[in-house]
Amino acid sequence: MAEKVLMKGNEAFAEAAIRGGARFYFGYPITPQSEIPEYMARELKKRGGAFLQAESELGAINMTYGCASAGGNVFISSSSPGIALMQEGMSFLCSAEVPCTILNVSRGGPGVGGIQPGQADYFQMTRGGGNGDYRIPTYAPANIQEAVDIIYDAPFLADEIRNPVAILADGMMGQMMEPVALPEPKKQIMPEDVAAYKPWALTGYNAKPDGKRVVVKSLRLQPEMLEQHVEMLFEKYHRLEKELVRHESVDLEGAEIVFVAFGTMSRLCTEAMEILAEKGVKAGLIRPITIWPFPYGAFDEIDYGATKAVISTELSMGQMMEDVKIGVSGRLPVELIHRTGGMIPTSIEVAEKAMKILEARK
Amino acid sequence: MTTKLFFAGSGGQGILTMGQMVAYGAMAEEKPVTFLPSYGPEMRGGTSNCTVVVSDDKPVSCPVIYEADAVVVMNLPSLLKFESMVKPGGKLFVNSSIIDQKPTRDDIEVISVPTIELAEKCGTTRAANIVMWGALVRSTGVISYDSAQHVMEKVFSGSKARFLPMDKLAFDAFEI
Amino acid sequence: MTPVFTYTKGMTENATSYCPGCTHGIANRIIMEVLDEMGMLGNTIGVGSIGCSVTIHQFMDIDMLESAHGRAPAVASGIRRAQPDKIVFTYQGDGDLSSIGTGEIVHAAHRGEKFTTFFINNAIYGMTGGQMAPTTLIGQKTTTSPEGRTVEQAGKPLRISEMLASIDGAAYIERCALDSPAHVRAAKRAVRKAFEVQLQGLGFGLVEFLSTCPSNWGLAPKDALVWLRENMIPYYPLGVIKEPEGLK
Repeated sequence: MAEKVLMKGNEAFAEAAIRGGARFYFGYPITPQSEIPEYMARELKKRGGAFLQAESELGAINMTYGCASAGGNVFISSSSPGIALMQEGMSFLCSAEVPCTILNVSRGGPGVGGIQPGQADYFQMTRGGGNGDYRIPTYAPANIQEAVDIIYDAPFLADEIRNPVAILADGMMGQMMEPVALPEPKKQIMPEDVAAYKPWALTGYNAKPDGKRVVVKSLRLQPEMLEQHVEMLFEKYHRLEKELVRHESVDLEGAEIVFVAFGTMSRLCTEAMEILAEKGVKAGLIRPITIWPFPYGAFDEIDYGATKAVISTELSMGQMMEDVKIGVSGRLPVELIHRTGGMIPTSIEVAEKAMKILEARK
Repeated sequence: MTTKLFFAGSGGQGILTMGQMVAYGAMAEEKPVTFLPSYGPEMRGGTSNCTVVVSDDKPVSCPVIYEADAVVVMNLPSLLKFESMVKPGGKLFVNSSIIDQKPTRDDIEVISVPTIELAEKCGTTRAANIVMWGALVRSTGVISYDSAQHVMEKVFSGSKARFLPMDKLAFDAFEI
Repeated sequence: MTPVFTYTKGMTENATSYCPGCTHGIANRIIMEVLDEMGMLGNTIGVGSIGCSVTIHQFMDIDMLESAHGRAPAVASGIRRAQPDKIVFTYQGDGDLSSIGTGEIVHAAHRGEKFTTFFINNAIYGMTGGQMAPTTLIGQKTTTSPEGRTVEQAGKPLRISEMLASIDGAAYIERCALDSPAHVRAAKRAVRKAFEVQLQGLGFGLVEFLSTCPSNWGLAPKDALVWLRENMIPYYPLGVIKEPEGLK
């Protein structure tokens, strides 16, 4: 393993993307992730790629659509309202099966909202704000090292599945610093390699071994054709549901309380579990690492004989709770502990609220 | 075991530098650590604070804290706002050069550090935050003396190398 | 037997979806003829847009991408980064380029992007059924200006080419019309020049084609050509609006 360096989240994310093979970045400044376009502006050109400051997030996602359609490996980032503007393009990318990596360093909403960390983009990331039937695999890392490892793998994963891959971080992860080990850079795909690696990409037909032209599109005017196309996409999504789903379970056996939390909130829950343990209450944690696909199967691991409460713990108003309810499937009532709008609870606040829920159940 | 530190003051007082330098030292000692700065539009010249959590063994679970083992306040608004954050029996480091008000709690240890006067004796008032940092590091032992020396050598290198001798004096200036 | 006319190389044998008398087909064809004459069909990537030309990838027999409404210049900017040595062009109508896509086209010109835009101006939204466009003329009746466009209601028609010519990054801008054989020949020369500007790396280029929409104008094809000549050309004068120095 490489020597550890102390890095700000946003810069570590950008470096991980470059090392993972991303050559292109299109972006528009927005707090709390502006260190990413700044890092890319400094680094990408000298490392064989290109940075372009877009006129808007709409511009950025469509530059991505063009660049990735022409075989470029693209990593882009923004924060909540900027991601909302990109949703139009994400729908096109999914339909046309064009890969890229999208990082959301999220903040509180709705509207312009604030700039402090939030998780209220759960629906935006897992359900998508773009039109039509599509899915985007979305990872929700809990610390900078985990985010780096996921972002490093994302560019080639996206190429492999020919679909965007998303990462949901938050402003806190973007702004904080932690020691991180950076993996070795992967080989980049250069313009002259595109025709061989990506036969579906736009290169001009002279570059293709078979001389056949390529069309990248999402338009299918006959409903029969469109239905067939969407069914084909969903065969892929159903396969990805099984192959990509990831979670971490902690101390579920004999747990009276089970927290369900991802990202920053899962770290608060870990400390709340320690506080509860001091009071003699055993608590466990289910931490989704992918939020689409959501680890519904993890809820079968709960010790339903011992567990009195399953608590969706979020920096949003119960968005993830809907998935938690699907996972629990009526075996227990599902409770909610949350703050929103950029507020972060303390671990002691989480522990106290969990105690109250538990007492009410006894 | 974790040590939770909180630093507060105004922009330009070297608040984030103090926190980052603890994080660098902890990393050099191969300890898990998190550094969490406040961020927002009011940053330049406004209030500034950061949280550092150092663990002796397992990964830092939570970078957000509700109480600290030690709090450093570099100006009066920070004292008023964050005195309550020191956990009972914890330490409060007060920049007595510019804070004339006394802390009100009696269940904590208050350490008054005349940062500017001591820094002046070391050759530059610019080292006021290093005077405070030295007092904190030596008093809490959050990182070792040697690690602290190593961090200063790394941070004050290149164009800042000329400040290193003064900063090393500043580090030891406050008598604990 | 010697054939006197064949399919244009670069055009597929699919029947186009354009209405009878529409001049889109002429624009499609002269672009492909020029690329063929330059020997560049296999080194070109085209970007279609939303509107009557949304299915242009079924007619132009080269690598094509179909983009979202107005976004073609951003898409082309991205393609240009990944494939720096190819000819890249966008093909956009006035509903697409002069309305929803103004942000993207202005900034592509502003960055001096090295691609070419073909801009079809027929003073109306075609595919959606004849609504008012920013290019619709004063007094012109459309489904969303049923009593004719007024200045009070919608301002004066937008002259996109003149506006873009004021941007330093735009190297070559010319307005042509597709209403007569002479004008079509001039338009083809403009297409050629625009691609030369791109190949020589001189900056952003745009060719505007004044076009007809007989269906939505409610005119017979021949009358539509006359209407274009008598109404559009006086407001949208033809000719080179901007040309780079150093064009070989």
